[in-house]
Amino acid sequence: MKEITYKEALREALSEEMTRDENVILMGEDIGIYGGNFQVTQDLVLKFGEERVIDTPLSEAAIAGCATGAAMSGLRPVVEVMFSDFVTLMMDNLVNQAAKLSFMSAGKVSVPMVVRLPMGCGTGAAAQHSQSLEAWMCHVPGLKVVFPSNPYEAKGLMKAAVRDNNPVIFCEHKLLYDAVGNVPQEEYLVQIGQANIMKKGTQLSVITYGYSVQKCLQAAMQLRVKGVDVEIIDLRTLLPLDEKTIIDSVKKTGRALIVHEAVKTGGIGAEIAALIAEKAFPYLKAPVMRLAGKDVPVPFNKNLEQAVVPQVADIKKAAERLMRK
Amino acid sequence: MSLTNEKTINMYTKMITARLMEEMIGQLFAGGILYGTTHLGIGQEASAIAACMALQEGDKITLTHRNHLGCIGIGMELKYIMAEMFGKETGVCSGLGGSMHLLDPDKGNLGGNGIVGGGLGIATGAALKMKYKRENNVVLCFLGDGATNEGLFHEAMNLASIWKLPVVFYVENNGYAVSMPTERSMNIHDIAKRAESYGMRSIILDGNNAVDVYNLTFSAVQYVREGNGPMLIESKTYRISGHSKNDTEQRYRDAHEIEQWNAKCPIKRLEEYMLKNNVATKEMLKKINAQVTEELKEAILFSQNSLEPAVEDLQRYVYAK
Repeated sequence: MKEITYKEALREALSEEMTRDENVILMGEDIGIYGGNFQVTQDLVLKFGEERVIDTPLSEAAIAGCATGAAMSGLRPVVEVMFSDFVTLMMDNLVNQAAKLSFMSAGKVSVPMVVRLPMGCGTGAAAQHSQSLEAWMCHVPGLKVVFPSNPYEAKGLMKAAVRDNNPVIFCEHKLLYDAVGNVPQEEYLVQIGQANIMKKGTQLSVITYGYSVQKCLQAAMQLRVKGVDVEIIDLRTLLPLDEKTIIDSVKKTGRALIVHEAVKTGGIGAEIAALIAEKAFPYLKAPVMRLAGKDVPVPFNKNLEQAVVPQVADIKKAAERLMRK
Repeated sequence: MSLTNEKTINMYTKMITARLMEEMIGQLFAGGILYGTTHLGIGQEASAIAACMALQEGDKITLTHRNHLGCIGIGMELKYIMAEMFGKETGVCSGLGGSMHLLDPDKGNLGGNGIVGGGLGIATGAALKMKYKRENNVVLCFLGDGATNEGLFHEAMNLASIWKLPVVFYVENNGYAVSMPTERSMNIHDIAKRAESYGMRSIILDGNNAVDVYNLTFSAVQYVREGNGPMLIESKTYRISGHSKNDTEQRYRDAHEIEQWNAKCPIKRLEEYMLKNNVATKEMLKKINAQVTEELKEAILFSQNSLEPAVEDLQRYVYAK
């Protein structure tokens, strides 16, 4: 094992995949000598050259479209979006083109591309640079959506995403880029579509992903002191959902708390709550609870910004409330 | 390559195939036999087909919602196109795409597109791959006048230009975006002008003159193939048919205008050219028409006799393996 950061993990994955397969190319704004807005692609241009680490003009729609066409033609482009919020400018090419081409062509073409989206708040960048838009992406059959919560997952999922023959929306949380974790020395993949039980427990299933996983782990430690034994499921992949891991856990614990930073209405939490209601209702000892971002744009003010997303204390409180039911 | 007699006859055959096929599709929709919607390109046969014929092995095209003509131009088989119109599993997209989404990468067609301008990104991407792999090929990206008002058009033109991608943006200016005439949708007369702001060369051609379309597109494609970067072609033409099968009243244009363009029918003009230059005799043309009519009948029979795609297979192509 070795200890690296989340962004180093992403960089290693990209570098290894580019070394392995010359069809893997990178595209995005300022990803070359600048190294990417969050330094994920730092120095890759020195290693692989400008032909494979392609700095693009500020043309999100064309970048997504160009990646789609390149992917249809046999390349494996990995696109960096500077902030996930800018994916709005790519939506036609992701939703109407990339996601549907395999289906509409009855499998005559495939679109093996990765779109990297730095998500989330906590950097004081306000409403247009802080959103978590993963739920939108999950509403589009044909896309896959992943959201690693630590360096191990970041590297393994990135390698799997690059090798996947479908468009993969790769969500990254900005506050995780400098998070440190262990990754194996040898090569490994994290399979898309598989959740991970981060912590085994018996009394309450906490279902979460991305940056919220770290918060849930902290809350679980505090809850243990109080005698509450929490199981934490890190979804890793949001589309397709690993239904079995979720349902098996809820059947065991009888209680479910879903935690995410994205706004509550129409969020992933709603989908999981409905899934549990459909498939594990008789096992429930308490109503399913969702703890999600408030239904407001992300504010600039630091106190307000903290207040709009679930914090460790909120998770702990919610878990305790659920245990009383 | 200059336009040989053989190639001209082939071009004529494709144009008449497209015309008869589209007239038939129109009738089948009017008769309630075909489901959904369709966008015919009657009057634009030379513009689409002669341009496709200027391509060579390994070149690609991207098409628009009005994509039947390009499919014939690039050499897709009539019966599989028709079967797709019928939504049958033998269709070129197994009945999953329909009229707007005809796609056949083996023939070089990267797809029709239901989104106006949707092919622009795909075309630049396909060209990027050709450049990256040092392939001696080009992409011919079809779009309409309406698409040049979409943001993606400008982004894609710029991208192709700065990266010197081997793509020809082929704008078929048929005068209207559904009901909106170009005079009202842009403040310039020639769309070709838009190329200049991206440092790109452009040419304007008479889209109803098949021989001109072929020759000029061929030279543009050659220029691009030689690594000079992209080019824009404005093909001035006219859609005789309505925008879609729902556009029956056509209150946005008068009959006189349609009459004027009918007089410039690209098929009639090519016939005249072929007869005058001894490319073919009247009998030969008649024979071609009869052959195509027969082939069309067979294609419809093939389509009608084909199976519907199975509901059980719905998930099969959502994700690639």
